[in-house]
Amino acid sequence: MSEHHLSTPLSGEDIRMLEAGDVVFLSGIIYSARDKAHAMIRKAGSPVSLEGAALYHCGPLIQEGRVLSAGPTTSGRMARYTEEMLEKGLRAIIGKGGLPPEPFRDRAVYLAYPGGCGAAAARKLEVLTVHLSELGMAESLWTFRAKDFGPLIVAIDSKGRDLYQEARE
Amino acid sequence: MREQVVEATVRALQKAETGLPEWVLQRIRDAAARERLPLARQHLQFMLENVAIAGQDRLPLCQDTGLPIFQVRMGRELKLDFDLHEAIADGVRMATRLVPLRPNAVHPQSRCNSQDNTGLRMPDIIMDYVAGRCLSITAFPKGAGSENMSLIAMLNPADDPFDFIIESVRERAANACPPLFLGIGLGGSFDLSARLAKHALLDMDGKQEDEEEQALLDRINRLGIGPMGLGGDTTALGLRIERAYCHTASLPVAINFQCWANRKAKEVIL
Repeated sequence: MSEHHLSTPLSGEDIRMLEAGDVVFLSGIIYSARDKAHAMIRKAGSPVSLEGAALYHCGPLIQEGRVLSAGPTTSGRMARYTEEMLEKGLRAIIGKGGLPPEPFRDRAVYLAYPGGCGAAAARKLEVLTVHLSELGMAESLWTFRAKDFGPLIVAIDSKGRDLYQEARE
Repeated sequence: MREQVVEATVRALQKAETGLPEWVLQRIRDAAARERLPLARQHLQFMLENVAIAGQDRLPLCQDTGLPIFQVRMGRELKLDFDLHEAIADGVRMATRLVPLRPNAVHPQSRCNSQDNTGLRMPDIIMDYVAGRCLSITAFPKGAGSENMSLIAMLNPADDPFDFIIESVRERAANACPPLFLGIGLGGSFDLSARLAKHALLDMDGKQEDEEEQALLDRINRLGIGPMGLGGDTTALGLRIERAYCHTASLPVAINFQCWANRKAKEVIL
């Protein structure tokens, strides 16, 4: 179990060195998207490039451009989009509860941020811009600048290890 | 009196969103002291740290500020000359701006967001009538992560309801932000079992579980699901069972999941 401080964009090399159980603190650009933004991206394409990107399953609480609370939402609801999102070059999906591990193999990781810890996350995230704002606060695609955002636990690594599955067995 | 109800609603929501009841914090601390897995222990400590930050920054501890659910205790001798539901809805609208709350309430089909956390039959107000002339409001904002994992099953009377609960928790806990608080409704009818489960959560106040509840809680904690489903000794922090007589041919079981952030705050008006 080791600790890594990484910055976006993430490379294949960054991803391959991460092992399930490692802890990551992430800096740089992070995009938020949940149910409606995923449906829009499927229909009309992504308004931002997702090459090497980190995507956060999060519907933040924002007031006047300031992040007030921004913990993760349940990733399972977006499971149907995992394959096509990873095909766009995503290297990390951040969320809670996990996803089927197969699509992550050899190219990406799933990072778990502790659920409910929105106030702590708010201290690490700054709003840069927003896309798909017509979807409303929780469902918009927000662009955050992260500074040492974490702890993010490598819950699914690129070698097929899945901590959720291990805990259930 | 209407104004007092509106203000009490805002205060209850403000308090519920930015902190946790002391007994909930104590159960997290106790679990952190017992937990053997380092990653799980770190999660529990980070959760406590997050609550402290929410208190310092006066911000909602979780971005999912929930659906507005309230329990109102009202004396049978009390007569109100205003619409209680409307007064509480006004409080919810005001709290949405002041706390602030994330606008969560949408129409179930159009998914159109009211932007103020109210709408058709929302807020949901659970009335408890008691003796005398008292009036109190408990805010119980309920996040979707845990509510989405809740379920009802109409079991066969030959089934073991506790085995069903164990298997449901094993499959669903990771998505519900464990360590969990579990409200169990046993018996009644299809809908009564669900109401019993919600009441079990509403009435949970840190009192020691009875023998049967504790045995079930221990079984759940032996599953090894752990905080956030990533493994550990701490899968649930509290469990309460409410029962009602049911039909001789039925065995309804409802499980209302609640996340570790078991937010609840009461304001007494009378």
